[in-house]
Amino acid sequence: MNKTITIEGVTRIEGHARITIQLDDQGKVCDAQFHVTQFRGFEKFVQGRPLTEMPGIMARICGICPVSHLMASAKACDDLLAVDIPPTANKLRRIMNLAQIVQSHALSFFHLSSPDLLFGMDGDPASRNIFGLIRDHPEFARDGILLRKFGQDIISLLGEKKIHPAWVVPGGVNAPLTAQHRDLILAEIPAALSRAARALEYFHTVRDRYPAEVDAFANFPTLFAGLISPAGLIEHYDGALRFVDENAAPVADLTDPHQYQSMIGEAVEKHSYLKSPYFRPRGYPEGIYRVGPLARIILAERCGTPRADAELGIFRTRLGRSPQSSFHYHWARLIEILYGIEMIQRLLEYPDILNTHVRSRARPNRLEGVGISEAPRGTLIHHYRIDENARMVWANLIIATGNNNLAMNRGVLQVAQRFVDGTHLEEGMLNRVEAVIRCFDPCLSCSTHALGQMPLCIELINSTGELCDVLQRD
Amino acid sequence: MNTPVDITTESITLQIDDKDVSCRKGETVLQVARENGIDIPTLCYMEGLTVWGGCRLCMVEIAGSPKLQAACATVCMEGMNICTKSPRLENYRRMIVELLFAERNHVCSVCVSNGHCELQSMAVKLGIDHVRFAYRFPHLEVDNSHDRMRMDHNRCILCSRCVRVCAEVEGAHTKDIKGRGVLAAIIHDLDQNWGESSTCTSCGKCVNICPTGALTHRGTAVGEMTKKTTFLPYLTLMREAQL
Ligand code: SF4
Ligand code: SF4
Repeated sequence: MNKTITIEGVTRIEGHARITIQLDDQGKVCDAQFHVTQFRGFEKFVQGRPLTEMPGIMARICGICPVSHLMASAKACDDLLAVDIPPTANKLRRIMNLAQIVQSHALSFFHLSSPDLLFGMDGDPASRNIFGLIRDHPEFARDGILLRKFGQDIISLLGEKKIHPAWVVPGGVNAPLTAQHRDLILAEIPAALSRAARALEYFHTVRDRYPAEVDAFANFPTLFAGLISPAGLIEHYDGALRFVDENAAPVADLTDPHQYQSMIGEAVEKHSYLKSPYFRPRGYPEGIYRVGPLARIILAERCGTPRADAELGIFRTRLGRSPQSSFHYHWARLIEILYGIEMIQRLLEYPDILNTHVRSRARPNRLEGVGISEAPRGTLIHHYRIDENARMVWANLIIATGNNNLAMNRGVLQVAQRFVDGTHLEEGMLNRVEAVIRCFDPCLSCSTHALGQMPLCIELINSTGELCDVLQRD
Repeated sequence: MNTPVDITTESITLQIDDKDVSCRKGETVLQVARENGIDIPTLCYMEGLTVWGGCRLCMVEIAGSPKLQAACATVCMEGMNICTKSPRLENYRRMIVELLFAERNHVCSVCVSNGHCELQSMAVKLGIDHVRFAYRFPHLEVDNSHDRMRMDHNRCILCSRCVRVCAEVEGAHTKDIKGRGVLAAIIHDLDQNWGESSTCTSCGKCVNICPTGALTHRGTAVGEMTKKTTFLPYLTLMREAQL
């Protein structure tokens, strides 16, 4: 008798995910799917709005990574205006984007994933969360909270708001940086750097404890994609979109954002509202690729900042140039935190950072614009069309989490086949299924539940739709 | 002055909120209340423009009359006893503003006028934390055809301030209101796109006088639109001085 196990994630705010595991007659896993059942409809309801409102509206897509949508949206609008933004505005936007990456990675690593790593995948769920972390590893938890605050403070100093800053506008930013704010941020850099270094030390003490997870957490060869600078350095704001194969050998470079559809196709599947992008030249689903911190670390020749490069050296000595297990997203995330802090400092030390010319003014000079940037979770593409009166007529968004959709699905199947046994349900296996999703840090609010675990319900359903077994976790 | 009747030098006395006040015959309840530091909320009223009496926020109770009266359009009479604040009035005022929100599409968080909007601050002032009426979500256009200015019908509350300033101060009378009830809308000339208007002088007075994010400068992003209304008292003063 075929059985279906469904993991329902009930969420605090918007964002809703469900995992279905299909068992065959022998009770072995034969299929698994990660469904995103939320529907946002931003592409539809921006229609008719003036383009200058786009960054502000698009930032509302997400309460967790609004800055990333601001960046991609503003870049698409710059493209519609056909302007080069002032160099200082470029640096300021980069600082905000990096601050977002630091704070988001800190949330993902410390609050959500580290409880699994420090207490073990089968640890007591009652303490395997941020509160258990605060009790048993107070220094570590404090570092996480303060690193997140470091990023958030920068965002609010620049944009005067932690969430949804209206500071990034088409053509640049709407206010320059003050010397006082620059100095406030610079003063926090040394502490942030040592917190990131301590987190890495901790990580090194636990990373070898999980060989089975390294082996089964979405561990298969795929392409990787991400932005890269002309010099081959890690890049989050501009540059070409590069695809590399499983050996990190370049497959294709997208230098003109307008041509993104020649490289990325989007498949729509019945079970999910999340589209499944694939690398078009390889077809669907062979064109599976991954984005995000691990992809960026694999793509880049090096980071370009001393501490991050030293850590990248350790990473590569230990795992090679392109480790395929998604378990390594955690390490990549920590390297990016280090890089983000170093780079913010470097950008703030440029002599022109306080320039007051931070906005280029222009009318729309094109009817179609594309903006590509790197969000914490990976490559983000905003593609707009406007009418002659600068009103939106059409939009297409490829969100970071979407790029990883195929890989997440395959990862869930892999981990379910390894750890889920259809005859009985255990918390630990449920947690691993969830943990593989968390490696990708998908931007669904359920994945960022404040307690570090989703309230879940795993259901065992037979082929006639009867409920055979339930495992509940609130 | 743009009052319903001419103001004379004859003085009268009345009570507003139990306070004895005196004024010149012909002055309105709203003028006298404000002269005496008594706040009555308004949205369509604008010092320097003719009285419209459309928003109904300035309704007051007058002893001896079962009907509520609009303070902006009611001339003071000897011995009147007026109440500007009561649970009944406050309830009506909240209801009026809630209906304004429900009627069109106000999404403050992504509006260019966010933080500088009279409707928004009125809602805050009246303590409105939710709207008890179902939103209508009408499908309305943004007229972005003018070279420098933008009309977003989604944010318009039909206060007619733009119509009046355009006709009475600029003398162009480009704007008007078409239709009735929920179908009413601001138009330009013969219901053309603003950019095609042959009468608009592009003076920008309507943009600055508009209380909401309905009339704005083009190219403004979220929260960037601020209005400058100081031109109106100045122009009014100069005009009166000439007369
Ligand atoms: S016009 Fe005022 S009330 Fe309406 S959405 Fe804009 S800010 Fe809010
Ligand atoms: S456009 Fe502005 S000023 Fe004109 S009626 Fe509408 S809200 Fe009032």
